[in-house]
Amino acid sequence: MVLVIAEHQKGKFKKATFETITYGAKTAELLNTTCTALVLGQAEGIDNLGTYGASKVMQVNSDHLTSFDSQVYAATIANAAKELGAKVVVINHSTTGKSLLGRLAVRLEAGSVSGVNSLPSLDEGFKVNKNVFSGKAVATFEIKSDVKVLSLMGNSIPPEEMGAAVGVEALNVEVPTPKVKVLEVKTVDGIVPLPEAELVVSAGRGMKDPGNWGIIDELAGVLGATTACSRPVADAGWRPHHEHVGQTGVAILPNLYIAAGISGAIQHLAGVNRSKVIVVINKDPEAPFFKAADYGVVGDLFEVVPKLTEAIKAFKAS
Amino acid sequence: MKLLVCVSKTPDTTAKIAFTNGNTEFDSAGVQYIMNPYDEWYALVRALELKEAAGGTVTIINVGTSDNDTVIRKGLAIGADEAVRIDADPKSAYFVAKQIAAYAIDKSFDIVFTGKETIDFNGSEVGSMIAEALDLPFISYATNLEMDGSSAKISRDIEGGTEVAQIDGAFVLSASKGLAEQRIPNMKGIMMAKRKPLNVIPPVDVAEHAVVVNYELPPAKQSVKLIDPDNMTELVRLLHEEAKVI
Ligand SMILES: Cc1cc2nc3c(=O)[nH]c(=O)nc-3n(C[C@H](O)[C@H](O)[C@H](O)COP(=O)(O)OP(=O)(O)OC[C@H]3O[C@@H](n4cnc5c(N)ncnc54)[C@H](O)[C@@H]3O)c2cc1C
Ligand SMILES: Nc1ncnc2c1ncn2[C@@H]1O[C@H](COP(=O)(O)O)[C@@H](O)[C@H]1O
Repeated sequence: MVLVIAEHQKGKFKKATFETITYGAKTAELLNTTCTALVLGQAEGIDNLGTYGASKVMQVNSDHLTSFDSQVYAATIANAAKELGAKVVVINHSTTGKSLLGRLAVRLEAGSVSGVNSLPSLDEGFKVNKNVFSGKAVATFEIKSDVKVLSLMGNSIPPEEMGAAVGVEALNVEVPTPKVKVLEVKTVDGIVPLPEAELVVSAGRGMKDPGNWGIIDELAGVLGATTACSRPVADAGWRPHHEHVGQTGVAILPNLYIAAGISGAIQHLAGVNRSKVIVVINKDPEAPFFKAADYGVVGDLFEVVPKLTEAIKAFKAS
Repeated sequence: MKLLVCVSKTPDTTAKIAFTNGNTEFDSAGVQYIMNPYDEWYALVRALELKEAAGGTVTIINVGTSDNDTVIRKGLAIGADEAVRIDADPKSAYFVAKQIAAYAIDKSFDIVFTGKETIDFNGSEVGSMIAEALDLPFISYATNLEMDGSSAKISRDIEGGTEVAQIDGAFVLSASKGLAEQRIPNMKGIMMAKRKPLNVIPPVDVAEHAVVVNYELPPAKQSVKLIDPDNMTELVRLLHEEAKVI
């Protein structure tokens, strides 16, 4: 059986979770087995999870699951995996998933691969791919243990409505008492966080001054995109540090990455070169970023960006 | 406070990525190695700051062969008191974590620091594995850590925001940007590092459950399509009709 952990934030399931369920269901098909989704704690829309391919949906409820403690969550998932006889456990490659994957590997004495981006190949052993060297290469891992745990990189496979809604079953497993006391959770509502964003508009030192960001916010606004930035801009405090993408910032793989006034240094590319389509706006035709771009505009961003915003507005209106 | 910082060695951020032996091994020819930035800039420096404020020791630990000694000495030059190297060629996160846990299990460290990920394998796994093997709480992607006696208040990155948590007692954390500011070793530090202990210990037996069997470089990008800066309507058309991303 393939067990998928259906992660939710503040009781809501996000696209990444539907992707993971679809991934779990497809992996189960390959292995000739079934896929079960597991929900920890209370969430809305649990009935829906079957639609994405889970043939069974189970829920563990406990007061100990209302805030996140990786030790408690991992123990609960491992207890469930053992109880249900799971052979493969899949979670989102999110901050939550990353805190759990290693713990699950140790608890279940399982081989683990984090951030996989492809369905397993079963030709010779159980093999999965993941990006390594900050997106500069792909590695194929073979997992040899009986039980396997994987975290799925967001935006690697599209969620598919491949099943039907199923009822929720309660699962009784031991849930330990948390040692971590969560004092505060601050999230910005209404903005898709960078690792999940499909459209990203990013800007760098070419912006000259933090006061000039209005044109970037406007472009992102009409596109419904999330904003990002290069490292020096975050280091200088022009932009919040969670917007910093690259080797030492967030690694992203959106469908569209628009970069304005960013030179395309190797450490910047490391975090964004897996974007499906890259648009570069730079006044320097020699900027290295053009080599990694699909579409390039050689010009002054202060003129080009507002024109692009207008063109998108016109496109959306048509 | 007794602090343990896990440090790894990675290719320099500008290193050319290539593979040898039928694409089964990283080609290290001509590659410069550095201490993994998250380990050096954030984990190690925050550990040193805590020691400077409250006293104690900072031990750095690495799983690797003697090739890693230069990187380990750099950690000592930045200010760690002593170093331990577990003498083995690490093949997986599981192997590394089990080695470090076997060393740490009877030494009652107050905090075990790791970086949020290594910039070569981008695993983000070792910290969480050590925590489980030591049966300790784990906070990933920590951006701030304040101690109040034996109680820690930690902020960490979560999707689209921050979470603040409190832990009383020992724990493991992985360090992200914001936890501290990079320190450059000075001449005195470099001289002192030569006399600080670097203990080499043998590995324990650990099964390798997940190993790399093959590497591949991504296909080369098609050359860029340039668009007239005065014709953004054309760019929008291409993004819609050709690239199908909007
Ligand atoms: C260990 C290490 C890790 C690093 N990690 C990261 C990382 O994670 N992320 C990251 O981004 N960087 C990282 N860097 C820094 C990286 O090397 C570059 O210095 C940085 O990406 C440059 O930022 P930038 O492109 O915004 O600025 P610049 O390199 O200064 O580029 C500005 C660009 O704007 C263009 N420009 C200027 N004015 C205009 C205009 N009016 N219209 C159009 N274009 C204009 C210029 O032609 C230029 O190409 C790292 C460096 C090191 C050493
Ligand atoms: N060989 C190693 N020796 C010591 N610590 C390591 C080693 N490999 C990884 N680590 C630590 O684990 C962190 C996360 O690594 P990873 O899980 O490989 O991304 C690193 O930032 C280091 O702190």
